[in-house]
Amino acid sequence: MSTTDTAASGIGPVEGAGDFSAYSVDNPAPFIEAPRKRTKKTPKSTRGNFEMYGWLFMRLSGIVLVVLVLGHLLIQLVLDGGVSKIGFAFVAGRWASPWWQAWDLAMLWLAMLHGSNGLRTVINDYAERAGTRLWLKGLLYTATVFTILLGTLVIFTFDPNIR
Amino acid sequence: MPAGTLYRGREGMWSWVAHRVTGVLIFFFLFVHVLDTALVRVSPEQYDNVVATYKSPIVALLEYGLVAAILFHALNGLRVIAVDFWSKGPRYQKQMLWSVVGIWVVLMFGALYPVLGHAFREVFGS
Repeated sequence: MSTTDTAASGIGPVEGAGDFSAYSVDNPAPFIEAPRKRTKKTPKSTRGNFEMYGWLFMRLSGIVLVVLVLGHLLIQLVLDGGVSKIGFAFVAGRWASPWWQAWDLAMLWLAMLHGSNGLRTVINDYAERAGTRLWLKGLLYTATVFTILLGTLVIFTFDPNIR
Repeated sequence: MPAGTLYRGREGMWSWVAHRVTGVLIFFFLFVHVLDTALVRVSPEQYDNVVATYKSPIVALLEYGLVAAILFHALNGLRVIAVDFWSKGPRYQKQMLWSVVGIWVVLMFGALYPVLGHAFREVFGS
């Protein structure tokens, strides 16, 4: 039985199977490529990997933030009299050191981006109308950019002798 | 009431809800916190004035709540990472949640005096 008889018998061509010569009595079930397998012919995705990188960022920044934020809480709220010792002089003392400036700067950026991405997910989940999502996310991004820039400016331009 | 599933109404769902709620609360505090800290750029008096509210007994309770939210979000976040990246993570997610709750209770007990001690002394004297 020749392979051309397969089509003539009324069964019709098998989609995606391509080479029908692979069928034979000895090989009745040849390998067929998975229907959604990505090949050279698959068009390139136009969406990019933004959500995957966002997912990864939440986990990586999360690990760093555990250290930065819990350290921050320990210093500000637990050690050396807790919240009672905090004041302008205390802030000036800490920001005299580049180490704590860098600590606070990293904490500011990572926490704001981590929180902003989290709230973006929350908005996407609960705001059902496209217009509502647009406005809420516009507000969120504006507030995020403003807060990050303000905080960065304060850390870099802090002046202990302001008085 | 529809029948329950492996997920709905169980540890996995409630830890997800708590993670979301604590995350949103922490984010809103973060805005306020960056704004109040920015006052160091205005004047020492203005900054110390606002920080004084952070030292009042009622706000101390809010700080304890903030610590509670951050500790849960941090510990449960590590659990989420373990579920995602550790091959046995999904199998032990329930045990890991109860470990998170256990560590959280111990840390919250430890934070009781450092965070609320000054408020307690102020309200009840000496």
